[in-house]
Amino acid sequence: MSRRLLVISCGLIYFFLMLPLLVVFPISLSSAPYMQFPPPGLSWQWYERYLDDPQWIDATWRSLYIGGATAVLALALGVPLAFALVRGRFFGRTIIDRVALAPIIVPHIIFAVAVYGLFAKLKLIGTWYGLVVGHTVLALPFVVLVIAAGLRDFDRSLEQAAEGLGASRWNTLTRITLPLLRPSLVSAGLLAFISSFDEVVVALFLAGANMTLPKKMFDNIMMEIDPTIAAVSVMQILLVSVVLVLIGRFGRGLKDSAR
Amino acid sequence: MSASGGSADLLIEGVGKRFGEVVALDHVSLKVAQGELLTILGPSGSGKTTLLKVVAGFETPDGGRVTVGGVEITALPPAKRDIGMVFQNYALFPHLSVAANVAFPLEMRNIAKPEIERRVAEALAMVELKGYEARLPRQLSGGQQQRVALARAIVFNPRLLLLDEPFGALDRKLRETMQLEVRRLQRRLGLTTIFITHDQEEALVLSDRIAVMNRGTIQQIATTTEIYERPANDFVADFVGESNIYHGTMSGPGTVTLDGGRTLTVRSDKPAGTKVGVLMRPERFASSGTNAFTGEVIESVYLGTSFKLRLACEGGLELLVRQPARGALPATATRVTVGIDPESIHVF
Repeated sequence: MSRRLLVISCGLIYFFLMLPLLVVFPISLSSAPYMQFPPPGLSWQWYERYLDDPQWIDATWRSLYIGGATAVLALALGVPLAFALVRGRFFGRTIIDRVALAPIIVPHIIFAVAVYGLFAKLKLIGTWYGLVVGHTVLALPFVVLVIAAGLRDFDRSLEQAAEGLGASRWNTLTRITLPLLRPSLVSAGLLAFISSFDEVVVALFLAGANMTLPKKMFDNIMMEIDPTIAAVSVMQILLVSVVLVLIGRFGRGLKDSAR
Repeated sequence: MSASGGSADLLIEGVGKRFGEVVALDHVSLKVAQGELLTILGPSGSGKTTLLKVVAGFETPDGGRVTVGGVEITALPPAKRDIGMVFQNYALFPHLSVAANVAFPLEMRNIAKPEIERRVAEALAMVELKGYEARLPRQLSGGQQQRVALARAIVFNPRLLLLDEPFGALDRKLRETMQLEVRRLQRRLGLTTIFITHDQEEALVLSDRIAVMNRGTIQQIATTTEIYERPANDFVADFVGESNIYHGTMSGPGTVTLDGGRTLTVRSDKPAGTKVGVLMRPERFASSGTNAFTGEVIESVYLGTSFKLRLACEGGLELLVRQPARGALPATATRVTVGIDPESIHVF
C-alpha cells in the first residue's frame, strides 16, 4: 500500500520534471514556422538552421571553451582550498569555509552587478577570460563541496603507509592521494563545467558582444520567437545529460560517501 | 638495500605523549634486541598504538628519545626511518596491483627497474603469492591482502618491522596460520619486530618477550612464561590468561592470610605483614593438594578437553577451576573439593 503511494508520488514528480522536455522535444521537430504545440508536422529544419548559423555555432564553441577553462581554473583553486579546509588547522578556517560557499547563497544577479562594476574598471567586460573568472567564482563551491566530501572519506592510513614506505609528501600526493581522489576530481570538474555552460545571468552582464550559448538563447527569445530555440535547448540538454552520465560513470556524487 | 639497511635494535627512552588532558604515554622505556619479536599487549586505550606511532614517526613524542641501531630517529619524518609497517586494515593502495604495491617502497628509493622486479618476485614468493602480481587488492581474500601488506613491509630490508593488530580481521583458523607464518618469516629474516595486540593468546604464541601496557605505562616486560607464571601485578595477572586473584597479608614464613580470613601455604620469602596479591591459575588445581578448597559448583561448562567450574567456597572465595574432562561433568549445586600446591601459587 505505502509502496504503491511511493511509486505514484515518484511518478508524478518525475512527470512534472519531465513535462518541459515533453513540450520542447516535439516543438524542436516542428514543421510550423512558429511556436505551436502540438506541432502540425515533423521536420529537421530548426536543427539545420542552428547548424547553418555561424552565430549559433560561435556561441556554442565559446560556451564550451569558457566552460572548460572554468572547470580547470575552479579545480586549480578549489582542490587546494578543499585540502586546506578539511585538513588544515588554522585561524579563520571556519570563516573561509563559509565564504567559499557564499556564491551559492548570494543571488547571481547581485553577484553579476558587483562583478560588472569591478570588471568595468579592469576592462574585462566582453572578454572571454573575464567571463571565465566570473564563472569560476560561481563554480568554486561545487568543487570545494565535492572534493571536501571525498577528502573526508579518504583513508589517511594509506598516506601514512606511503610515507612509512619512504614516499615524500609530493610522491604521496601524486602517487596515492590524487589518483584515489580521481572520482571526486572528475565530478567536481564536470559540475564546474555544467555550472558555467548553463549560466546566463553573469554572462548577460559580462559577455558583451561575445555571446555564450545561454546568452544567445536569451537574446533570441527577446528578438524573434521561432523553434530554433527549442532545437538548441534539446542539444544543450543532451550535452548536459551526457556530462551527467559521465559523472555517474566515472565520478563520485555528493551523496555516495560509501566508496 | 638502503645505505644503513638491515635489522637493528630499538631503544625507547622516557617517551611521553599527552593528548590534551589524556596521558597516552607516561615515560615509557623499553629495549628490543636485534632480531627479537616483542609484543606490546594491552587493552584499547592503553597507549600501545600511540607508542607504535611514535616509533613509526606518525606521532611526535612530547619528550624522550627513540633510537634505532644507535642512531636517534625521534625527529626524523616517517619516510626517512626505513621502518616496515603492517597496518590494522593493511592500508594496501587500492588503485595499484599487488606487484605495484610491493614495488612502491623500492620505487621511492630509486632502485633500478630490474632490481625492483627481482626483489618484488622474491618478496611475493616469500609470502607464497606468486601468480597474483596483476591482481588488485580488492580481488584478494583477507589473508592474501595481509600477505601483500607483509611483503610490502619487508621488501626494502627495513630496520624494524611494526605489526599493528594485523590479525584482527581474520577468522580463527586463518589467523593461526598467519601467526605461525609471520613468526617463521620474522625468524628467517632475523627482523627486529614489534607486534601490537590486545589478544593475550596471540601474544603468547608469537612473542619472544611481552610488554604489557595499561594507562600509558608498561606494567611488566618479560618472557612469555614469566608473564604468565609470574605476573608483576593484578593488571598483568588478570589481563593475561584466566586467573583467580586474591589479596592478603603475609602472616608468617610461607603463609598468607587472605582478606576473607582463609590461610594459604605458599612459596614466598616476603616478610610477615607485607600486603600481597595471590594468583592461582584455574588449570593448576588438582583433585587434592596442600591447600584444599571445598565448594559448591555454581557454574559448570564442558569445553571438550576440560571442564570449567566456578566454585563458591567458604569465606566468600569464588574459584575458577579447570579440570581435565574425565568422567561426568559435575552438576551445579554439588559439592566438589579441589587442591593446589604452594609452588602453583604465585605471590606478588
